Amino acid sequence: MNMLHVEILIIAIVAAVTCCLPGVFLVLRGVAMMSDAISHAILLGIVVMFLFIQQLTSPLLIIGASLSGILTVLCTEMIIKSKRLKQDAAIGLVFPLFFSVGVILVSQFARNVHLDTDMVLLGELAFTPFNRLIIYGIDYGPAALWVMGAALILNALFIWVFYKELVITTFDATLATMTGFTPTVFYYALMINTSITTVATFDAVGAIMVVALMITPPATAYLLTHRVSDMLFLTLFFAIMSAIGGYSVACWADVSIAGSIASMTGVFFLGGLFFKNKRKHLTML
Amino acid sequence: MMSTIFCIDYTLLIVLQGALLLGITSGMLGCFALLRQQSLLGDAISHAALPGIVLMFLCTHSKNPWVLLIGGACAGVIGVISMQFVCTHTTLKKDAVLGIILSVFFGFGLVLMTVAQKVPTSNQAILNKFLFGNVATLLEQDIRAIAVLSLLIVITLFVCWKECVMYVFDPLFAHSLGFKPRIIETVLTILLILAIIIGLQTVGVILMSTMLIAPAAAARQWITRFGSMVLCAALFGGCATTLGVYASSVIDHMPTGPAIVVVASCIVFISLLCAPQRNVAS
Repeated sequence: MNMLHVEILIIAIVAAVTCCLPGVFLVLRGVAMMSDAISHAILLGIVVMFLFIQQLTSPLLIIGASLSGILTVLCTEMIIKSKRLKQDAAIGLVFPLFFSVGVILVSQFARNVHLDTDMVLLGELAFTPFNRLIIYGIDYGPAALWVMGAALILNALFIWVFYKELVITTFDATLATMTGFTPTVFYYALMINTSITTVATFDAVGAIMVVALMITPPATAYLLTHRVSDMLFLTLFFAIMSAIGGYSVACWADVSIAGSIASMTGVFFLGGLFFKNKRKHLTML
Repeated sequence: MMSTIFCIDYTLLIVLQGALLLGITSGMLGCFALLRQQSLLGDAISHAALPGIVLMFLCTHSKNPWVLLIGGACAGVIGVISMQFVCTHTTLKKDAVLGIILSVFFGFGLVLMTVAQKVPTSNQAILNKFLFGNVATLLEQDIRAIAVLSLLIVITLFVCWKECVMYVFDPLFAHSLGFKPRIIETVLTILLILAIIIGLQTVGVILMSTMLIAPAAAARQWITRFGSMVLCAALFGGCATTLGVYASSVIDHMPTGPAIVVVASCIVFISLLCAPQRNVAS
């Protein structure tokens, strides 16, 4: 096991932990598919930003991607608020449109640029250590690790500082409103958090693995416990184990790392189904 | 390519036929999915089909897309069965289950895809085709297969119309009259999988979700009677795919799938803005 393997493994673990933290509250709120929508829709933000600044490495692309993620949430909410369509239909309408507009823009204005649409979907973890952060000639490690590390710190701080508010708005919106918290504010904060997480991680691991890591470890933890705090720790455990297990299998069999980690989250979920807690409902704290 | 506006050539005619059939069938089935609040089921099934497609390729080394799609259909069925198992045996919310099946199956598909790339005769293009679809490569025999599948869907819907409608609106009432809800649900899901199989060939995995939702969602805004809504959705679906294919043939380098999605979404947003305040579907 050389340095390269260690770096890829660390990136995989950091990606897994970053994604699964907001995932806990997405699963509890029943808006898990929003992560799927956001992870596809960010293509539009990246393409539009690229057309403006004509640079593929600029951090502005990340801002564009986050904005389009938030725009997806806003559009979906607007359609649901109009009472004309239900949540599932609204989600399923908005993100393919964003994705399509992104693909069309690429095909019309950026054909000669290396902006692969399947890169957004599939990612390639094995190449991430080669894109390094170098300042004044000093090598600070893979750039992806720094971006994800920042997102991880943001996610951890968000959940640590607003833990009580997040839990209360998730389980009892009426009580939260009566005690002076605004559920809408925390809903959008969580969604912004999800967008930033997706943007920070999809480049390395691909949109589909982001969805797998956001939904499956929290869902596995949900089956095994009935306390939110335990669920958070179990989620972290399953996410890290999936990253390590998935990466080992991928190295051993020489297959796609992202796909292997996503499959491994599924294996843990299967295990969770067998050992699931008999008690039916989650309690608050 | 503005000169081709008025001369519809043979290739375009083939593509138009395939797209039109897809629009009509997915529009009709979308109505059932929309009213049962299962719009995202199509998205999940189309992702879940990937491992089946690749596994079929690994077993048969076939380059015929229809052989591969049989594998895809089987994987779709397995995906739906596991979804129902998890939904009935846990308290997880439905959308979390959809997300798990979608991402885990697709991830496993990616693993198999890297295995398939090592096969000397493998053709990456065939597998990539299912991700984004490629309506322009349809051949005449593909159209025949699509036509047979579409006819099968329409005839089944026609024969089981009463049962399906009753099940969509009031599953308990249907059960009390002696219809088996499980059988009706299975029939509807199999039809949905068949429509997705057609869709994978033409618009691809990601954009299939729009084909199922958009025509039905637009029709729902204008019409309150279910029978008329299904017909209207078929009409919207047909219009969207025809216009989309036409746009992609007129404009240079316009990809067909995304063009269809943009047209279909425009129809929905016009309907959302312009349709009169509606009543409950009956």
